[in-house]
Amino acid sequence: MEARANTENADWSAFPYLASADVISVQRGPEPGGPGGAYRAFGETLRGLKTTFARIVEGPVTIQYPEEKTPVYPRFRGRHKLHRFDDTGLEKCVGCSLCAAACPADCIRVVAAENDPADRKSAGERYAEVYEINLSRCIFCGYCEVACPFDAITMGHDYEMSDYNRSDLIFTKEMLLAEPIDKTPLRREGE
Amino acid sequence: MTVPLADVGFAEATWVLIVKSIVIFAVIFTIVPLLTLVERKLLGRFQARYGPNRVGPFGLLQPLADALKLISKEYYTPQNAVPVLWALGPMIVIFSAVAALAILPFGNVKDGVGFYGIDVSIGILYFFAFGSIAFYGLLIGGWASGSKYSFLGAMRSAAQLISYEVSMGLALLGVIMMAGTLSLTGVVEAQDEVWYVVPQIVGFVVFMVAGFAEANRTPFDLPEADAELVAGYQTEYGGMRYGTFALTEYLEMFLISGIAVTFFLGGWHGPGPGWLDPIWVLVKLLALVFFFMWIRATVPRLRYDQLMSLGWKVMLPLATLNVLVTAVLVTVL
Repeated sequence: MEARANTENADWSAFPYLASADVISVQRGPEPGGPGGAYRAFGETLRGLKTTFARIVEGPVTIQYPEEKTPVYPRFRGRHKLHRFDDTGLEKCVGCSLCAAACPADCIRVVAAENDPADRKSAGERYAEVYEINLSRCIFCGYCEVACPFDAITMGHDYEMSDYNRSDLIFTKEMLLAEPIDKTPLRREGE
Repeated sequence: MTVPLADVGFAEATWVLIVKSIVIFAVIFTIVPLLTLVERKLLGRFQARYGPNRVGPFGLLQPLADALKLISKEYYTPQNAVPVLWALGPMIVIFSAVAALAILPFGNVKDGVGFYGIDVSIGILYFFAFGSIAFYGLLIGGWASGSKYSFLGAMRSAAQLISYEVSMGLALLGVIMMAGTLSLTGVVEAQDEVWYVVPQIVGFVVFMVAGFAEANRTPFDLPEADAELVAGYQTEYGGMRYGTFALTEYLEMFLISGIAVTFFLGGWHGPGPGWLDPIWVLVKLLALVFFFMWIRATVPRLRYDQLMSLGWKVMLPLATLNVLVTAVLVTVL
């Protein structure tokens, strides 16, 4: 009992800085032990049993990952995608390398080439002959998406990109243009 | 016909005993591995998750996978261990637990066959005898491991045994006085009108608390307190030797629930025709096992001094008082 400070009747003359109105006396629970303690412990145990049983009634909240996936927000920055025009099927990328310049991780490599008028690859004068993103370096900051003047590159929603080889993580233009097979579920509005 | 173990209330042919022991062994050793799965599933549900559900439908083959893993492991003996005693520890533990199963009554005598292993007249003393031998297994196993954690765990289990076995015995003494018999079938028959949980509620509570300690279950799992002692007496064990200890823990839980059902919850008494008797015992027993698991999911482990003061200062006086009051009432009424 000595250890417990009684703030109401204490002599504060030795500690004038503590006697201000800012000092709040702490509300403590009853002393443990004794018949009252046993009664409280019993009651609290019953409360604990109720809490755990309520979890059974509630059901599991686990997401069974390989079968179920956590839905992502629309703004989630996952694996990149390159885009084509819907009507003509031409690539939007014109090989300007602005994305590579913006990339803080220096993981994008673009080699541009002149379009052949007979067999156009992109809508502009030039197209990206080589477009590679090294995903083992990418930090998914989305600066490439912001830098692109033609919305040719956007961040997709895929997050399953692990592989056995580092070299397999260098995604080429064909891989980035292709639609991903597994679609990641999107979170609905307000979820 | 002379029968071992003193004077037996009801003697059967030897082949009946052999068949019965095989049946009891088969049934219990199907139920006990399933209990490990049920416990893991239930613990999962108590924590808002699924528990094992990958091996087979609903994870039903998980115990089989666990057993296969444990059996295929190497039998490793630590350098400091005393090999013979080290191997003996788990054997004693499982032997005593299985032996004690023999007296659990699942039903009365029907068509000349009792629904229990044996009905010894010393009844519950048999259970206590083997319960005490089980602790020798823990002690020997823990000491022979040659590891400080095992040693500490073994010491703790010895202290726990002394603290709780006494109150456990006293808690059952009240029932024995009311029933006027030590035989387990006799005790169940005496509960024809009212289950002893009603007049012996104090005894029931003390028995259950002591039972938790006896089965090394939370909140009294100090011998294997995984946070402080790694795994207590079983720290150095691996493979099926470890598996034996783990299996025994569930067997012990099953056994104590069975004794509680027999002594306090009316054994095979229940509504319905006579052939439902074993079902009633199992239902009550599994309800108690569920309670064991529920407590494990809820209550944290006690400190060592709390365990001791609870055992000596609360449980023992309560049990003694219960015995005294029962004794007076039994003589007066």
